[in-house]
Amino acid sequence: MPFFGYVGLFLLLPTGIVVWDAFKNPTGHFTLSGLTALGNSQVRGFFIGSFKLSLVSALVGAVFGAILAYAVASGNPDGVIRRLYLAASGVLAQFGGVTLAFAFLALIGPAPTGLLFHASWYYSFPWGITVIYAYFQIPLMVLVFLPAIDGLKVQWREASDSLGSSAWQYWRYVGGPLLLPAFLGALLLLFANALSAFATIQAWEDQIPYTVAQQIYTSTSSEVGLANINYADALALGMVVLVAIVMTGYALLQRRAARWLR
Amino acid sequence: MAAITSVGETPMAAPAKRPVGMQGRRRRRLNLFRYVVFTVFGLFFLLPLLALARWSLEGAKLGSWSLTAWRQIASYSNEGIPPLISTVEITLELAVITSVVMLVLVVPTMIWIRLRVRWLARTMEFLCLLPLTIPAIVLVVGLGPIYNKIAHLSLSTLMLFWVYVILALPYAYRALAAGLNAIDATTLSEAARSLGASWFSVIVRVIMPNMWDAMLNALLLTSALVLGEFTIAFFLLYFNLQVELYSISRNTPNAGVIFSTSTASLLFAFVLLLILSFARRRRRGIPG
Repeated sequence: MPFFGYVGLFLLLPTGIVVWDAFKNPTGHFTLSGLTALGNSQVRGFFIGSFKLSLVSALVGAVFGAILAYAVASGNPDGVIRRLYLAASGVLAQFGGVTLAFAFLALIGPAPTGLLFHASWYYSFPWGITVIYAYFQIPLMVLVFLPAIDGLKVQWREASDSLGSSAWQYWRYVGGPLLLPAFLGALLLLFANALSAFATIQAWEDQIPYTVAQQIYTSTSSEVGLANINYADALALGMVVLVAIVMTGYALLQRRAARWLR
Repeated sequence: MAAITSVGETPMAAPAKRPVGMQGRRRRRLNLFRYVVFTVFGLFFLLPLLALARWSLEGAKLGSWSLTAWRQIASYSNEGIPPLISTVEITLELAVITSVVMLVLVVPTMIWIRLRVRWLARTMEFLCLLPLTIPAIVLVVGLGPIYNKIAHLSLSTLMLFWVYVILALPYAYRALAAGLNAIDATTLSEAARSLGASWFSVIVRVIMPNMWDAMLNALLLTSALVLGEFTIAFFLLYFNLQVELYSISRNTPNAGVIFSTSTASLLFAFVLLLILSFARRRRRGIPG
């Protein structure tokens, strides 16, 4: 099967190389120094930076994305609004990257006298960057959470109404618990997404490295004369471990959510 | 061909309307909530995009309007980087190549596994969704050595398609799996086989025509992903559209051309996905 050969060569092999090389030094000998580098305070700072940014932007994206997804889902399934919002979500969730950073550059005004307002707090970390990240986190949330909300059956609401429950009680005892696994799963997916994001932050702020992703780039680019591929491999390995933990949680929650989501 | 799937099946019922049975007052409150949400989020999302469009039309004097930046898309070039229009071309070519390779590689494999070797299905699913867990930035670190080998053979940016296929795999797989699940592949293939069709005909002339929509879906998602990709090209020092825009913005801050090209590419991707939503709706309309 050509497919398996292909995946092996371009997916499994590179990952294997990362893991393998993380345990080597630049001269090719085995060492744990790459891994011990993960423990020093500067590197820990990058991981904490990545963690903070991912957590905050995932929370913001998940909460607002869920609200928007509910508003979209409660409309006509073939309506114009739903179609526009879904297409736009697809564009922003997958396409963002560099373009998104430019859009913000345009918003705060590229010229000395800004078009709207010149706000330096956009550059603050993690809150300013979170606002920018929200532009791909919220759309991603809409895309992954919409099926769960669509899966809420009208009959459940009617049943709870006919038993005399209030809207609050419906959400507290029926809707909320049903959506919770899907919501938490989506939250983890958003977290992993923010963790691996690189394009936006690189195009927005390439002077100060905040995240692991930026640091991986710095350590592979020879421009600065500090290129150390094994260090990059160790950082990458750290990221793989982090993402793997998060995505395992996602898979488990997804399985839980799938019990009633048909 | 589509008629085959509809034999003996009832047309899919229209999705139930949510508000059925709701009291008028709650319905009104829900509508109020929806319009407030749509307005607030619409503004939030549109504001930077409108600013982007506005600055793409900025003239030489502040506050004036001009089409210069849009004309520059075709002519812009700078020292040390390839001309802008050539990277647009190469990115579009990449999108096409990646989509085609993806379909050729994945569709027959999926159908084959569905029909003949079902025990491989879970492995296939796992492999296809794996790129979601391995960030592009990690993948690219390991790809360095492999691409160094390929680079000895050819230096073309088009070589990026090898890894783009992997990046797009989860999205394409989901789209294709949905398409394949919607048809009764086993019955179709048994019917075709008993009429004397070869396995090749079964896959190409019987099953595939029944999942055109899913294939279109996978194709558009793959294209959108390739058009927006930055990380991998940037690391491997290839100039695709996004890397080119990034380089221009670093050499010439606030060049109008980065705003016009960004606007154009966002609009292009938006139209692609809008086409997709219409294709989806059409599928819902066809019985089966």
